[in-house]
Amino acid sequence: MDALEAKYAAAKRYSETAMGLVFLLCGVLAVAFVLLISAYLILSGLPAIREVGLLDFLFGPVWAPTHKTEPQFGILPFILTSVYGTAGAVAVGVPVGFLTAMFLSKLAPRRLAAVVRTAVDLLSGIPSVVYGLVGMTVLVPAVRRVFRLPSGATLLAAILVLSVMILPSIISVSETALNAVPREYEEASLALGATETETWFRVSAPAASSGIAAAVVLGIGRAIGEAMAIMMVAGNVANMPGLFKSVRFLTTAIASEMSYAGVGSLQRSALYSIALVLFLFIMLINVILNLWFKNKREG
Amino acid sequence: MDILSTRGLDLWYGDNQALKHIDMDIPERQVTALIGPSGCGKSTFLKTLNRMNDLVPAVRVEGLVTYRERDIYAPGTDVTWLRRQVGMVFQKPNPFPMSIYDNIAYGPRIHGVRSKARLDDIVERSLKGAAIWDEVKDRLKKSALSLSGGQQQRLCIARALAVEPDVLLMDEATSALDPISTSKIEDLITELKEHYTIIIVTHNMQQATRISDTCAFFLLGELIEFGQTTQMFSMPRDKRTEDYITGRFG
Repeated sequence: MDALEAKYAAAKRYSETAMGLVFLLCGVLAVAFVLLISAYLILSGLPAIREVGLLDFLFGPVWAPTHKTEPQFGILPFILTSVYGTAGAVAVGVPVGFLTAMFLSKLAPRRLAAVVRTAVDLLSGIPSVVYGLVGMTVLVPAVRRVFRLPSGATLLAAILVLSVMILPSIISVSETALNAVPREYEEASLALGATETETWFRVSAPAASSGIAAAVVLGIGRAIGEAMAIMMVAGNVANMPGLFKSVRFLTTAIASEMSYAGVGSLQRSALYSIALVLFLFIMLINVILNLWFKNKREG
Repeated sequence: MDILSTRGLDLWYGDNQALKHIDMDIPERQVTALIGPSGCGKSTFLKTLNRMNDLVPAVRVEGLVTYRERDIYAPGTDVTWLRRQVGMVFQKPNPFPMSIYDNIAYGPRIHGVRSKARLDDIVERSLKGAAIWDEVKDRLKKSALSLSGGQQQRLCIARALAVEPDVLLMDEATSALDPISTSKIEDLITELKEHYTIIIVTHNMQQATRISDTCAFFLLGELIEFGQTTQMFSMPRDKRTEDYITGRFG
């Protein structure tokens, strides 16, 4: 081996090491962001909670941060709105999504399935502000007319928008789970004299249940984190939630007040605290989801 | 008395003719074995008898197939009724991912049995009928997937028995099993023929001679020879049958 060749080999080794470092750095970056955001939220979210008191903050029924004499910082209305809104979206979106997945997986002719699948993919690509816009101009007036309300900007409108927004993930995850059900199970059921519908609901769906459950949790995660679309249709008033009332979610509370909350004010740091609560909710859902997938892989 | 009959049965998968003009009369409460090399149409024939072939895309059936003198391909035939009369056990054991109990109770529940006492009774009777009761009676609530392959196959037989069929189709039901499990299932088949008509597809010539009363030899979609098993194996009428059963091809 001559000197030139040795030099060449060494240079190659260096560039390999260098690229390895670049990859590592990019990997670390993601971890760093998560840690940074967590730390930032905890540090900036705690002071207001300490000042207001954890129980008063979480369970206080009134949010009036700009009241001249007696400002109040109870976020129960937001928490309940987020919980109800998410539950409502899941209650509407999961059955529809599940049945769509069933249709795609078992019933639809190939051509039609391709069309529906493309539509579902497009649905997931629509920006949330567009959902908000359509909701505002079409859905909100419709809700007002149908239920004879003074305003259609209500929790109901938000639930309907959210349930459409979570459809794509529910459909695609459930469909994957249903497609993974071995054909032998279905054949066994049909050979026992079950109809196709009976087979899908009594054999295929239970066999795919863990995947379908994952789809539900994924939908919850999507719904609870959404802000823009629901801000545009929910009326954005800090009421205790009611189906026909204007409401404000955890996410929309932050988004709507951050722009005018004074720097250094208790209002501003209370908004950070709301973000912390939301963050913990979402973390919890992710942990559940991960445990689920892990159990499934190991089970 | 013949329980299932075919007359001029033709079957195509797309342009490919898989069965050619099959005339056969299957006797009641006997074991009928369908033999022949791979791809000869014996499994296809089996699946025309409970119309499981309906599930295959682009399948076309012509000719007459009757079960107890009823044309089962007549328009308006209730396929679920047919499949309840003509049960099936598959090559690969395919218990549902449910408990042993729920596997057996699945069929009766589908067909409207709700009473717990009746279900308990059916489950016990079916498992006893498939000679697996003693092995599983203490763990009926356990997953059926925890059983061994041979046990799973007997469970599948029990599951088929639970809907009280008249005929039992077995598509190479022992080919995925070890010799001991196979011989248990063969014994079981011999017991079951007292009450059921059994039709088996098998690649195993010894198995056909051991357990079948009647035998049908298929080749390239045609029924070459059909008759008493003892007769066919001692004095085959057709040269091709003789070549096959003496192992000259297949």
